[in-house]
Amino acid sequence: MSDANNATTAPNSALAAERAEDEYTGPMLAADGTPLKRSLNRALRRQKISALLLIAPLLIFVLVTFIAPIADMLFRSVENQIVQDTLPRTTTELKNWDSEGGELPDQTVYKSLYQDIYVAQERKLHTRLGSRLNYELTGASSLFRKSGRGVDDIGEVYQDQFEDLNAFWKKGENWNDVLGSDAWLAAMNDWKKASGDAQPPFEMRDGIADILPQTADYYSIFADFVQNEDEDNLYKEDPWPLIYSAFYDDLTGPTAEQVATYAGPGATELAEAAAAAPSFATVDYMDAFADIDKDWVELPIWQTIATYSPKFTNGYFLNAVDMQKTPDGPALRPEDERIYWTLFKRTLFMSVCITLSCILLGYPIGWILANLPARTANLLMILVLLPFWTSLLVRTSAWKVMLQQQGVINDTLVWLGVVADDSRLALINNQTGTIIAMTHILLPFMILPLYSVMKTVPPSYLRAAKSLGATNWTAFWRVYFPQSVPGIGAGSILVFILSIGYYITPEIVGGRTGTFISNRIAYHISSSLNWGLAAALGAILLAVVLGLYYAYDKIVGIDNVKLGG
Amino acid sequence: MKFTTTLLASSAIVGAGTLAFADAHGNMAKEMTLVSWGGAYQASQDKAYVQPYLEMHPDVTAVWDESSAEAVAKLRAMNEAGNVTWDLVDVVAADAIRLCDEGLAMEIDADEVLAAAPDGTSASDDFGDLLVSDCFIPQIVYSTTFGYRTDMVGDTPPTKICDVFDTDAYPGKRALEKRPINNMEWALLCDGVDKADVYDVLATPEGQEKALAKLDTIKDDVIWWSAGADTPQLLADGEIVMGSTYNGRLFSVIEEQKQPVAMLWDAQVFDLDGWIIPAGLPDDRLARVMDFVKFATDTQRLADQSKYISYGPARLSSAPLVGQHADMGIDMAPHMPTDPANAQNTFLYNYEFWADYRDDIDAKFQAWLAQ
Repeated sequence: MSDANNATTAPNSALAAERAEDEYTGPMLAADGTPLKRSLNRALRRQKISALLLIAPLLIFVLVTFIAPIADMLFRSVENQIVQDTLPRTTTELKNWDSEGGELPDQTVYKSLYQDIYVAQERKLHTRLGSRLNYELTGASSLFRKSGRGVDDIGEVYQDQFEDLNAFWKKGENWNDVLGSDAWLAAMNDWKKASGDAQPPFEMRDGIADILPQTADYYSIFADFVQNEDEDNLYKEDPWPLIYSAFYDDLTGPTAEQVATYAGPGATELAEAAAAAPSFATVDYMDAFADIDKDWVELPIWQTIATYSPKFTNGYFLNAVDMQKTPDGPALRPEDERIYWTLFKRTLFMSVCITLSCILLGYPIGWILANLPARTANLLMILVLLPFWTSLLVRTSAWKVMLQQQGVINDTLVWLGVVADDSRLALINNQTGTIIAMTHILLPFMILPLYSVMKTVPPSYLRAAKSLGATNWTAFWRVYFPQSVPGIGAGSILVFILSIGYYITPEIVGGRTGTFISNRIAYHISSSLNWGLAAALGAILLAVVLGLYYAYDKIVGIDNVKLGG
Repeated sequence: MKFTTTLLASSAIVGAGTLAFADAHGNMAKEMTLVSWGGAYQASQDKAYVQPYLEMHPDVTAVWDESSAEAVAKLRAMNEAGNVTWDLVDVVAADAIRLCDEGLAMEIDADEVLAAAPDGTSASDDFGDLLVSDCFIPQIVYSTTFGYRTDMVGDTPPTKICDVFDTDAYPGKRALEKRPINNMEWALLCDGVDKADVYDVLATPEGQEKALAKLDTIKDDVIWWSAGADTPQLLADGEIVMGSTYNGRLFSVIEEQKQPVAMLWDAQVFDLDGWIIPAGLPDDRLARVMDFVKFATDTQRLADQSKYISYGPARLSSAPLVGQHADMGIDMAPHMPTDPANAQNTFLYNYEFWADYRDDIDAKFQAWLAQ
């Protein structure tokens, strides 16, 4: 393409060049008259874009299936919006509460708690928050489940009184007439559910929010819930008990005198209610919650809610290093609950052991493979690769049969008389078992890079060293070994990083002392559902691996790693 | 008052729901994805009600997914991704409660959704207390209990749960599940705590320490299992002298594989397994599942299941119909955990207690285990 261009524009460019020699002194121009620099840039950019387009499928694939999920998972380790989202009013009110003062929060907080839990239980979100807070405070789970069942009673105190005063307040239709705008009421009148059209969204009557601010507030939440989540006919729906308590608060609160200004539908009933409300029996929200569960009148649940109110928390990370958030700041957990630090250390220690035993076993095999005639080497290579074609679970379970006390190895040793029948070796369900099984499983990852690096070391070097008088050992140690180090490096990185994240094998053969941090991560992902903690543990593990990789680069140099010739 | 309101509210919800099914009755989905545990248990479900249902509805296909062990985490992930591909999920009751709490399972009204007993008893009375959650449809009662090698215990086979803790009388390894649930209760029981007080004691830090201290006395003699198949294998190989697992697993070791193993029913812990319907299914799939689940949990079908596996049917009305094993022709009743001879001293899994204390006690248990 560009050749063709050149050909057709050649006469022009020759002319242009002549002309440039004569008069033009500006930047050098390309054949089509644009400055050469810009033209070159453009060509380069085109090249870059086409290169990018070529790798785009892979890039998008990696982004979508690898980077994004990892980022999403890591984000969970600090994300904590559920508390604020489920208890918005309570957490706002709690900001003014001194969590270390030893005093319970005041009535306004309990009232907001009632309102929050009422809305949450309608949306079935309260138990979710209970499970979340149960990670921090034992008992929160059933506390919230119970409270969800109990809040109905609290609002019914006002509901019953308003309904006893005038049956007008029983009916959803009447509430809608008072609170809904005329346009919306007309639209609702025309709307037929059976027609399949969407229900006209609720609109508040003009000015009603000034007269009954809280009622209007909760009624719009109620309307939104009925119309969008339950998808019922709002006009026929009787309001939540929560609306009645807000209604009571409006009629007895600072906006009470505004009621007289209202002249819309139900004005008489409203005036009657406003007159009667001040003499109603009231609800003591704190007592009501104490009736549901006495935990609500004790400090721990409030401290926990206050501590975990912010949208983001370092609580999961503190948990992951055996610490906890307390009102006085981070503190170490009680000794009988510390486990992660032990597991991190154990994971690192055992991964190093596995890597070393892989080097010890893999190096001679790599050497033999590299020095055998190609045909034999290929045959042996199949033996090395064979485990790759067998299921991981099968290989691990086979080790169980081999290593257990009534297993093949112990039976053989007893038969040979090496160990006594009553003191069979404990080779499984401990660290030994994990190291043996994982060394076997990860060995190919060590042998393959070793083999491909050793293959490139010319045998003549060793012969040359020997002919110059080196002993076998010196020739190996001073000449051969240094050239195989990149293979060891590559194999070690592979084996170490793979083993640090292993969990199936340790779970099966590790018993209680041979399990890794990954087993706890798996537990929190699939059993306890504490994904935040799992994410924090995973993030720490990732940071440790990256840190070790960096250290390796500084000490050995990452250029010194080869996966092949 | 509160109770009736909840009841009315929930029946209103379900009432609306049934209307929707009726509307969609004409276009029920043709395919169901059922999730279960695999192995002999799933096979018993398949033979007892899935195949019969498919014979009645030749145009319907059912696909099994053996993911019950990770059902809670997977359902949560599916729900977050907004694409729930499962139609009916078999879970243990504790998981059903959590799925219900998380809003991942659909609330149902037993009397609306499930078939009444042949004598007209309503489903909610027939299942009774086993309806431990608003989302849970029980199928079977199973128990976690002990099996022991008859050839390794001498002339005095173990008869009490505390024999598990007696390493002098019964030397050798034991297998216990690698989690605090059940083990803590047994430890307290054998540490002299009254059965009625077990959970009160276990709720206190001192009680938890006490239980761990008791477990500490046999710590070196325990192989900790995490898969239900571990204990049967260990028993068959003679690795352990006794071990806990699900009673159905022990049944197959004893009766099908004829191993020298016997049951120790003392202080067995009953637990429930059943269906949940994932929340937010499209109408046509929901209609199909509702149709299936009504059939699959009726009195005869639950009784049929016990022909294939030694778990007790969750319906009271199914109990008299329990017959003989389909292949071996032995009476199944004496192998049921609920058989009066076996159920002299039992626990029922305490769902509420463990929902609250699971995270806390598990942290302590795992820390103790790792030491």
